[in-house]
Amino acid sequence: MTTAKHLVIIGNGMVGHHCVENFLTESESASWRVTVVGEEGYAAYDRVHLSEYFQGKTHQDLALGKAGFEDARLTTLLGTRVTEINREEHQVVLSNGERLHYDKLILATGSYPFVPPIPGHDNKRCFVYRTLDDLDAIASAASAGRTGVVIGGGLLGLEAANALRSLGLETHVIEFAPRLMPVQLDDEAGAILRQKISDLGVQVHVNTATSRIETSGDDRLTLHFAEGEPLTTDVLVFSAGIRPQDALGRQSGLELGERGGIRINNHCQTSDPDIYAIGEVALWQETIFGLVAPGYRMAETAASHLCGQSEPTFLGADMSTKLKLLGVDVGSIGDAHASTAGALSFRYINEAKGQYKKLVTSADGKHLLGAILVGDNSSYDTLLQYYLNDIALPEEPDSLILPTGNAAPQLGVDALPDTATICSCLNVTKGGIVSAIEQGCCSLAEVKSSTDASSGCGGCAAMLKNVVDTTLEARGFEVDHSLCEHFQYTRQELYHLVQVNQIKTFDALIEQFGQGNGCDICKPAVASILAICWNEGVLDAQHVKLQDTNDTFLANMQKDGTYSVVPRIAGGEITAEKLLVIGQIAKDYNLYTKITGGQRIDLFGAQLHQLPPIWKRLVDAGFETGQAYGKSVRTVKSCVGSTWCRYGVQDSVGMAILLENRYKGLRAPHKLKFAVSGCTRECAEAQSKDIGVIATEKGWNLFVCGNGGMKPRHADLFATDLDDVTLIQTIDRLLMFYIRTADRLQRTARWMENLEGGLDYLKAVILDDSLGLASELEQQMEHQLESYACEWKTTLEDEQKLKRFRTFVNSPDADDNIVFVQERDQIRPATNEEKHNLIATA
Amino acid sequence: MTAQLKKDTWTDVCQLDDLVPESGVAVRLGKTQIALFYWPKTGEVFALGNTDPFSSANVIARGIVGDVQGKRVVASPLYKQHFCLETGQCLEDDAVSLMTWPARLEEGQVLIHQP
Ligand code: SRM
Ligand SMILES: Cc1cc2nc3c(=O)[nH]c(=O)nc-3n(C[C@H](O)[C@H](O)[C@H](O)COP(=O)(O)OP(=O)(O)OC[C@H]3O[C@@H](n4cnc5c(N)ncnc54)[C@H](O)[C@@H]3O)c2cc1C
Ligand code: SF4
Ligand code: FES
Repeated sequence: MTTAKHLVIIGNGMVGHHCVENFLTESESASWRVTVVGEEGYAAYDRVHLSEYFQGKTHQDLALGKAGFEDARLTTLLGTRVTEINREEHQVVLSNGERLHYDKLILATGSYPFVPPIPGHDNKRCFVYRTLDDLDAIASAASAGRTGVVIGGGLLGLEAANALRSLGLETHVIEFAPRLMPVQLDDEAGAILRQKISDLGVQVHVNTATSRIETSGDDRLTLHFAEGEPLTTDVLVFSAGIRPQDALGRQSGLELGERGGIRINNHCQTSDPDIYAIGEVALWQETIFGLVAPGYRMAETAASHLCGQSEPTFLGADMSTKLKLLGVDVGSIGDAHASTAGALSFRYINEAKGQYKKLVTSADGKHLLGAILVGDNSSYDTLLQYYLNDIALPEEPDSLILPTGNAAPQLGVDALPDTATICSCLNVTKGGIVSAIEQGCCSLAEVKSSTDASSGCGGCAAMLKNVVDTTLEARGFEVDHSLCEHFQYTRQELYHLVQVNQIKTFDALIEQFGQGNGCDICKPAVASILAICWNEGVLDAQHVKLQDTNDTFLANMQKDGTYSVVPRIAGGEITAEKLLVIGQIAKDYNLYTKITGGQRIDLFGAQLHQLPPIWKRLVDAGFETGQAYGKSVRTVKSCVGSTWCRYGVQDSVGMAILLENRYKGLRAPHKLKFAVSGCTRECAEAQSKDIGVIATEKGWNLFVCGNGGMKPRHADLFATDLDDVTLIQTIDRLLMFYIRTADRLQRTARWMENLEGGLDYLKAVILDDSLGLASELEQQMEHQLESYACEWKTTLEDEQKLKRFRTFVNSPDADDNIVFVQERDQIRPATNEEKHNLIATA
Repeated sequence: MTAQLKKDTWTDVCQLDDLVPESGVAVRLGKTQIALFYWPKTGEVFALGNTDPFSSANVIARGIVGDVQGKRVVASPLYKQHFCLETGQCLEDDAVSLMTWPARLEEGQVLIHQP
């Protein structure tokens, strides 16, 4: 019997993890056992999305695919550091004193943040931004503070600034160079970015050198600069670049670069053929790759080479980047600074919108060498494909960056060669996607799960969808979007048909555009469209037959056929008098009462004929329907806010009530939930709502498209520091756009995810009015809201409508099959068995 | 008024005016609950058992009416199974069906027949 060979991997970061996963799936790895030694206390996690930790993601959420780690051949030692490599003995020494023998060794130790040796840099209020532990430390220092400073205005520095801002700190960025993101941007782009970021309330100081850091009397820090006023802060984050974590290479005498980094060949071997280096610690042809995609390529290369394969080799990687910094789009491709001899530049600047676009082409204008985009990334994917695949540019290359009034120009998928990389993180090519489809994948989701495309940074999502759709269509697939067997249209198409053809009834619609008599799918969907387009009551005679029982009887049916009663309690605020009214009604009608998850009170166990008298008493006492039954606005949750809470910065209850009263009654493709929090502590859980509003010192931050429920999704930050009027205007537009374009029963989260272009597109439409629809949407919303009337009030005033609320049309009796038993001092529906027993003993 | 269901006779259970076009209402005959659906295009009335076999709740009259796979149906408001208005057969489960009674309209009255 031969003993298994031992592979030791130092570093359980993104690249080390990717390498283990790749290695263990190779059949040649069967004769190996693998030990991973990681210094951090956590299993490998997604560092690229580290900042989402501040938006509520946990380590669990960020953890990288756990499957590989259940492999019996694998041992993972977390919270353990390698302190020494002994190359002669083929041993590594661990921080706990143990020694491991290795046959092959991989260094995946990544890099560490560079902290400039400014006097005072080691103060306890100084931090770096690289690990979960760093973020925990920053959050705890920020919780009692007011101000935060980031030293370094590069990519990561701006990301750190955003994080400080989201923690509620007044934020400053200090950059030594004359512009932000000096590596990726030129001066003009830097200036536009700076303007945009300043507009968001982050103070940017360029050309600024920090000379020393002092502790001030009240335990804060004071930064002194070569020139200008000192700045006092509670939290200081250094983000002044990264350095390869090459100490072990140095200690063991591996060949290093002049400025650090462990030299590797095209197989990722170091100067010792038994030792590999991958990721940010590795130096390939004098280059360190500070991005995850090249690291992944190295990981794959090393894994294959260990298995005796000479392919693939690592031949460098593209460093183009596309990101959103503090909500501002930034893209940088290839030779952004036009340093290639003879290169031509084309520039477009729009100061009004804060956009800057630059193309760098070869001297003959035929080939794209580089590009910079600020304020609008819509052409990034297309430009990147021109660049990576060396596709010949159009006659007038600047047409690619000039505004056209239409959507951004898209490079047809057909123009891409099969080798074109679509997802650079996971190295998935167009050819790979096409072959996944040929092997039977017939949806975006299936392609994603079979190729892993789009599971890294997510930047390729739009391009991927485009390739999948085009390929499917070319193969004659037709995705059926029909609503049901009666209408071969989507909800959005029906909405347009109703509007354009001025259709007022279900019968007219089905006669002209459908077939048959309708069903429980299309009828309620059309009823909701008609309600939105023509503002008619849902219980008007011609619409009655369309409604779900809950809408018909303005109450939710429970399992035993009884109904629940939910009066609106806007913002969760209620007076003692109103509580007494609810209590008295519950008592008189023997209803079960419960506080709901939506900050209001639900009364259960009313029979159909009891609904009108119960509601009469509620309406008389000043209550309105809570629309708990409709696909409409539910609740606007609030926290107590600045009125009582010591941390509150705005009146969150006031805003919640204002919003709830404004949008109550609005019908939508699915229910809508809102919340308003009085400060970033977020007690109202606004980031889990369709519309979430969080108070800031200057106004309100708006979050959109979140939900709890079956597939929870955190809301995305949509706009910051809005005043009341702009906040409402933005919500008006967004909701109306949702109502007009979403599918049946599609909540805002799924709707947004399915919009081509996703959040960016939505922002363009709502905030930048890219479709020129804004004022129409606002007007339509106004029109909708004007006609609000409490459905219970109008129903109670209409004899004809009240006739519907009879348990039996030929008898005043109650349904004797409805039987309650007592539990915890209230009623609940009896089980079948209990009913039999009760009837037997009666 | 609680009408009594007599053997082999047509019983007057309610007025046309009590029905809702293309929708349902419930009537009670002694201990029996019946859901009545009115199909105005043809002037037909359908009478089915009001008890939903899947929940044991008396709610069939409150379901949405329509057609599915060429059959006129009512969808249970609780768990959305479809029942054929003519035969009471459940489309989702062969083993389940609702009781049915012949029903007709006469001079503004709704009559139900028990064989
Ligand atoms: C009463 C209540 C539970 C409670 O006792 O607290 C409740 C009860 C029901 N929920 Fe809920 N939900 C209640 C809060 C919630 C919450 C919490 C919240 O709003 O903060 C959630 C998760 C948050 C969210 O929606 O994003 C929630 C997620 C759901 C879902 C899943 C939605 C999703 O997108 O996945 C459904 C199913 C659906 O809507 O299709 C649902 C559906 C229902 C229905 C309507 C199911 C039904 O068809 O019978 C329940 C009947 C309500 C009734 O009879 O009055 N309920 N439901 C809460 C009423 C709040 C209110 O005042 O209006
Ligand atoms: C906030 C942030 C945002 C980023 N955004 C992007 C982005 O949008 N796109 C992109 O491409 N890249 C981005 N990056 C960079 C990306 O995260 C890195 O390129 C990637 O994580 C590098 O992987 P790695 O495995 O080489 O290093 P790391 O992920 O740093 O892993 C190295 C691991 O080795 C451990 N280690 C070090 N020395 C030892 C030792 N002696 N013994 C044991 N363990 C040791 C470390 O503790 C660490 O856990 C971002 C980075 C940060 C911090
Ligand atoms: S969110 Fe902030 S303001 Fe509102 S109650 Fe909580 S701590 Fe107070
Ligand atoms: S490019 Fe990053 S996930 Fe595809």
